[in-house]
Amino acid sequence: MGGLVIVDSGSANLRSISKAAEMVSLEPVISNDPKVIERAEAIIFPGVGYFDHAVEAINRDNLADSLRAAIAKNIPFLGICLGMQLLLTESEESKDETATAKGLDAISGRVKLFPDTLHVPHVGWNQVRPLLNHPLFNALDDGTYFYFTHSYYAQPDRKDNTLALTDYGFSFTSAVISGNIMGVQFHPEKSGPAGLRLLSNFGKIIADQI
Amino acid sequence: MLAKRIIPCLDVRDGRVVKGTRFVNIRDAGDPVERASFYNSEGADELVFLDITASVEGRRAIVDVVSKTAEVVFIPLTVGGGIDSTEFMDQLLQSGADKVSLNTAALKRPALISEGAQRFGSQCIVVAIDACRVKSNSSPGLLKWEVYTHGGRTPTGRDAVQWALEAEQSGAGEILLTSMDADGTQDGYDLDLLAAVTGAVKIPVIASGGAGKLEHMYEALTTGNAHAVLAASILHYGTFSIAEIKEYLSEKGLPVRPVEKQE
Repeated sequence: MGGLVIVDSGSANLRSISKAAEMVSLEPVISNDPKVIERAEAIIFPGVGYFDHAVEAINRDNLADSLRAAIAKNIPFLGICLGMQLLLTESEESKDETATAKGLDAISGRVKLFPDTLHVPHVGWNQVRPLLNHPLFNALDDGTYFYFTHSYYAQPDRKDNTLALTDYGFSFTSAVISGNIMGVQFHPEKSGPAGLRLLSNFGKIIADQI
Repeated sequence: MLAKRIIPCLDVRDGRVVKGTRFVNIRDAGDPVERASFYNSEGADELVFLDITASVEGRRAIVDVVSKTAEVVFIPLTVGGGIDSTEFMDQLLQSGADKVSLNTAALKRPALISEGAQRFGSQCIVVAIDACRVKSNSSPGLLKWEVYTHGGRTPTGRDAVQWALEAEQSGAGEILLTSMDADGTQDGYDLDLLAAVTGAVKIPVIASGGAGKLEHMYEALTTGNAHAVLAASILHYGTFSIAEIKEYLSEKGLPVRPVEKQE
């Protein structure tokens, strides 16, 4: 049994996500060990900060390959904030043009900077509108508020990779989906009862798979 | 729609909350963790701890407070007061804070802002500005609001709008703007100051100082164009609950996150 692993890529508030997961009766293990990640039955991949730093960190610690393997196995996977952005092919934030600075490419597309006509970063509570009747948003009303803090947003190439939209000057993709691989731009661990509900829903998705 | 945020601010000294009279229902009103939980359940959108401790022991106490709060409160948590190094920022963020608020140390050494932003991301870095209107100066184009440090005791000769711009350029993710003239008066926010700063920077501005009535908050969020309002006395002394504030703002047509039932 590999259980639920929270991936430590050195850049996130792991304590908050871990405590929030425990709050909804999940028993996560925090690890940056590729072997632990390879054995995982489910993964939460959080991240804050810069795209290049995070890519560098997962490559340095040899996590990128085990993350790709987990994605290929289609185990329940939840990317959070920068962790979601890393599911895409590449980011405009990246200043490194080499192949190593690319994302995990689980979802084909690009991470883009909000236009400077808006207040950037997008900080605060905003409404999330799921496009599908998906178990991740079970018992969460259309338009539930979640906490965001980011300057870049995901733009998947394929429409069916967008799980939810949020309006900030325009409608952007605030949650992505590809099989069991999910990602949310907002922070469920900082979104009060709604965030805990979403994590609990992720727990049910895990339970249904194992 | 991006919601307007209501943010309670708790002053903490040596690990204990030092303000507030309304907390008859909670076991220990001086316990920051209990107070944080209380505001969380009341529908606060974020929380700010302002550490007013001077001692080294007190520094350790705030880290402990943050750590315990982060175990039970799942909304963003900002910590300010005496933060003067990226090491201390790291300690607070590792303990469960989401943002740190810089003030005096950033004015002394503005590179602290960029160092923090580069290491932890701009979303972690709030720059707090305590500004006082310059009364004797009536000439246009000259200093209108002067920045003070050390809890409002030391004038810097710096212009608040210029400093806000510099903070933004250095990588601050938000500005926490306190009007020293309005603070404690309950006569309303300094809307001119707010409008001047929100007109100059693109990052979100949190309004602080002067709230006594619900319409003051509405004015700060509309005329002043603030993204959020910080509230201390108005909440601690029980003048209004967060639910009442949100209901009022919502009726006036502003987007707010509804107060949810805790599970």
